Amino acid sequence: MGTIEIKEGGVMSELTESRIYEWLSAVTDPEVPVLTILDLGIVRKVSISNTEKGAAVTISITPTYSGCPAMDVISVGIRMALLSQGIKDIKIELQLSPAWTTDWMTEDGKRKLKEYGIAPPNRKAFQPLGFFEEEEVTCPRCGAADTTLVSNFGPTSCKALYKCLSCFEPFEHFKCH
Amino acid sequence: MTPLLKYTLRLADNALIIGHRLSEWCGHGPVLEQDIALTNMALDHLGQARSLYQYAAEQVNNMPAAEKKNLFTGDAIQGLIREGGMIDEDNVAYLRDGWDFCNILLVEQPNNDWAYTIARSFFYDTFNYFFYTELRNSKDTTLSAVAEKSLKEVLYHKRWSGEWMIRLGDGTEESHTRIQQAVNDLWMYTGEFFKMDEVDTTMLQNGDGVDLPAVKMQWEQRVAAILEEATLQLPPTGWMQDGGKQGVHTEHLGYVLAELQFMQRAYPRHVW
Repeated sequence: MGTIEIKEGGVMSELTESRIYEWLSAVTDPEVPVLTILDLGIVRKVSISNTEKGAAVTISITPTYSGCPAMDVISVGIRMALLSQGIKDIKIELQLSPAWTTDWMTEDGKRKLKEYGIAPPNRKAFQPLGFFEEEEVTCPRCGAADTTLVSNFGPTSCKALYKCLSCFEPFEHFKCH
Repeated sequence: MTPLLKYTLRLADNALIIGHRLSEWCGHGPVLEQDIALTNMALDHLGQARSLYQYAAEQVNNMPAAEKKNLFTGDAIQGLIREGGMIDEDNVAYLRDGWDFCNILLVEQPNNDWAYTIARSFFYDTFNYFFYTELRNSKDTTLSAVAEKSLKEVLYHKRWSGEWMIRLGDGTEESHTRIQQAVNDLWMYTGEFFKMDEVDTTMLQNGDGVDLPAVKMQWEQRVAAILEEATLQLPPTGWMQDGGKQGVHTEHLGYVLAELQFMQRAYPRHVW
């Protein structure tokens, strides 16, 4: 397959996967707007092909949780990002396996989460906890380790509710998943 | 109907109906955190149902016309198929009648009180955990992918309902009495989890389905251990009610569907 070119700023340039990843880095999670979909690790594959009508792009994304309502908004976000770059033939595929894990979240993403006030996932996913056992989570505001779980379920599927026993601020924790 | 379609619909219906039951608690939870917990879990179930209904719709759409003449009893969905239209996940959820639903009876049982809701979830989540663990090995790549994805969510559910069993059983006299009553009353619906029929047998032989008697052993062990820790009595072996997987339901399912399907039945193909 030859080089696929697109018109950018009046000049033709090569369409590569890394160009597309650059565009995708502008698409954010509607629930946690500091995170891009690349930070979250939900973009699994990008492929480009040439058709008679021009470049066709297929993006595979994986949901964080089965019922995550943000996935539809994210799909629209991806479509808009590519459309604005002149790509018209866009296919978005939902890929369930391998299942998403917070291990795929970038270090940069974890840093941004913490700055935003959400305690990032802090251990390798899938070390199961026993009954009534709590994860050790550091307060994103004061940095104290003395925190307590309020509920394993929070305002979105991916977060749990915690309280800091040092500065007494309630905060959210992005669950290891 | 192919065994695979029936199998897919059973799993999807289980997920949709338990999800709907849990969502009925929305705004009525005893404390805000538990209200949020229930709606979170309802959302997980709904998401799993959605993946499975998409798969079911895809199977129907790919069938030769002759094979899909009499898939469902209700004309709302069968009419769509007859017209040659493609069906989607919403059609499967909203346009089938009670006879066409093949969820197990346990999940359609009413919420009653906190104890019943917890006991029902505990029995179901424990089953779901062992079932999906096995289904990950299915040769059917869609079913195994759904199982792999769902299992991570089911882990939270299993932990939550297990902790509540212990809390209520080993709690006050009132909570102990009520959770024991719920366990006793719901026990007869747990036999259906493990009853193999032709669909289950064919799916198992093809390497697509799960060996239910093997799951039963794990389930019984786990349930017995938690009940003991919760200072609760394991109900004696006895009569087990089934029928849901074949479309014969308790009177409760009709009321669930009446509420769940109302909008699509009253305003067909309405979108917003």
